Amino acid sequence: MQLVKPSKAGTYESNDIYIMLFPGNETKIEVESIVYETYGDKIENVIFKTLNEYKIENVLVKAIDKGALDFTIRARLITAIKRGATND
Amino acid sequence: MDILGYKKDYQLFAGTRSKIKPSIIKSSKNNQSNNKKRLSIKHVLDEIALKDGMTLSFHHHLRNGDYILNMVMEEITRRNVKDVTIFASSIFPCHKDLVKYIEQGIVTQIYAAFISGPVSEAISEGKLKKVAVMHTHGGRARIVESGELTIDLAFIGAPTCDQTGNITGKIGKSACGSIGYAVTDAHFAKTTIAITDNLVDELDDFQIGGQYIDYIVEVDAIGDSKGIVSGTTEITKNPIGLKIAKLATDVIKYSGYFKNGFSFQTGAGGTSLAVSEYLKKLMKDENIKGSYALGGITSYIVDMLKEGLFEKLYDVQCFDLGSVESIATNPNHIAISASKYANILDDCLINNLDFVILGATEIDLDFNVNVTTTSTGEIMGGSGGHSDTAYGAKVTIVVSQLFNARIPVIKNKVICKTTPGETVDVLVTERGIAINPLRTDLVEKFKNTNLPIKTIEELKAISDNLVGIPKEIDFDDKIVAVVEYRDGTVIDVIHKKNINNKG
Repeated sequence: MQLVKPSKAGTYESNDIYIMLFPGNETKIEVESIVYETYGDKIENVIFKTLNEYKIENVLVKAIDKGALDFTIRARLITAIKRGATND
Repeated sequence: MDILGYKKDYQLFAGTRSKIKPSIIKSSKNNQSNNKKRLSIKHVLDEIALKDGMTLSFHHHLRNGDYILNMVMEEITRRNVKDVTIFASSIFPCHKDLVKYIEQGIVTQIYAAFISGPVSEAISEGKLKKVAVMHTHGGRARIVESGELTIDLAFIGAPTCDQTGNITGKIGKSACGSIGYAVTDAHFAKTTIAITDNLVDELDDFQIGGQYIDYIVEVDAIGDSKGIVSGTTEITKNPIGLKIAKLATDVIKYSGYFKNGFSFQTGAGGTSLAVSEYLKKLMKDENIKGSYALGGITSYIVDMLKEGLFEKLYDVQCFDLGSVESIATNPNHIAISASKYANILDDCLINNLDFVILGATEIDLDFNVNVTTTSTGEIMGGSGGHSDTAYGAKVTIVVSQLFNARIPVIKNKVICKTTPGETVDVLVTERGIAINPLRTDLVEKFKNTNLPIKTIEELKAISDNLVGIPKEIDFDDKIVAVVEYRDGTVIDVIHKKNINNKG
């Protein structure tokens, strides 16, 4: 899959995450989180693994996290991918 | 190990039944002057010999609407006084001016039972020259009444004061109800100044007697009424909070202590309030009447008094307008001092408590509770009456979501031990109830109920599985605060933390 246009999914509600994807020249993950100090690495890791799973490359991920659990992060990211990608 | 600015002969916490028994001193103040009124705080300070190293006391009944502390400190800091200790029962965001005085080196030490907002951040960042001392509400009365600390000047925010200095919080435009935390200060300070925005000729009903007051100053306003009491305190609408409250009420019901004459305390948090509502219904259904409710009082507890479910309310602090109105009009709603509430040296009311409902930022596998720092170690609260009531109550129930916004409540070890686990009996979460194994009696009682009883380890496993194990927090070596247990022993210390919550 390839991201062809910017896309987003999620909300700023507590326990949720807001994810924006932008097509780019390299893959970059920027996470802002209320639990960055304790879970920042884990959040980045879930995002990284999910991108790999969907074979998404050269994308800028901007995530604003309000304490989402891993399955929420995954769900929001997959939705954003499907909204912005083609199935080539 | 010496801790900068802390008593040299301190002892480490050694269990709740430690043998430290300091001797109590009695107040001998008796100021019968009929010339106490002064034009302004400035005029009072002109008369008093201010010196470096003074201890000034304040109390927090005006909460986040308080003008007194800022008003006084503005005058103090104009006078080239250094090394001031602030002995305040609690500090709120409205006291942010203190940060400036800390940075200027004018204020070098703070004692408080609860600190939130910019001042707590400044302390966590290591800006305060000496260590902050975080005591309990009962511990504060002990510190003063045992003579461990002497208050040089006490400033009492007085919603109504008469010409001889008698003070009540029940009436006046800044009425806050009980002024229980200020009583000890007035009784024991070398000099006590009442600051009021309602000076009357004579009061018959008062909480602090005029013989303890040395000066009276009239000002336009002692606080912002919007910040003093909430118009209404509200029950949580969160279904998770309601579920926890329901389970906590079931714990009360089946604990064996729910019978006629029982006593009860709960806080003003949304879940705690919901417990009161469920308890009210339970008491009616089972036809059980309680003896007294204690603590910070809310309208929900007032309603239970009105309906005859409790005989009396003992109130150290009112949380909302309904409770202020009640204490002013209902003779069974009784104002008490912090010492009568929870001082280990006093015949205090917490000792007869059956149930207390408390919150937690963190709880560990030994049931130790942290309500002093955030789960990442920054100061944002304090015991207040948490560890006092946990000690006194026969059944101490901690209510909390198992996790919220990925912040788990159960940890292997709490970052800061505010309340020792040996005084915490039950943890109630939305995914189960854990009973402290030290309470074999309660474990036995709940064995044959349908309640979702689990071990705290089991609850932690559920939580860890969903949120993951949080990364360890890095701290600086510098100690910025000492956490005192109610007997004055050191139960924990807090280290410097550079505040940084962004990735």
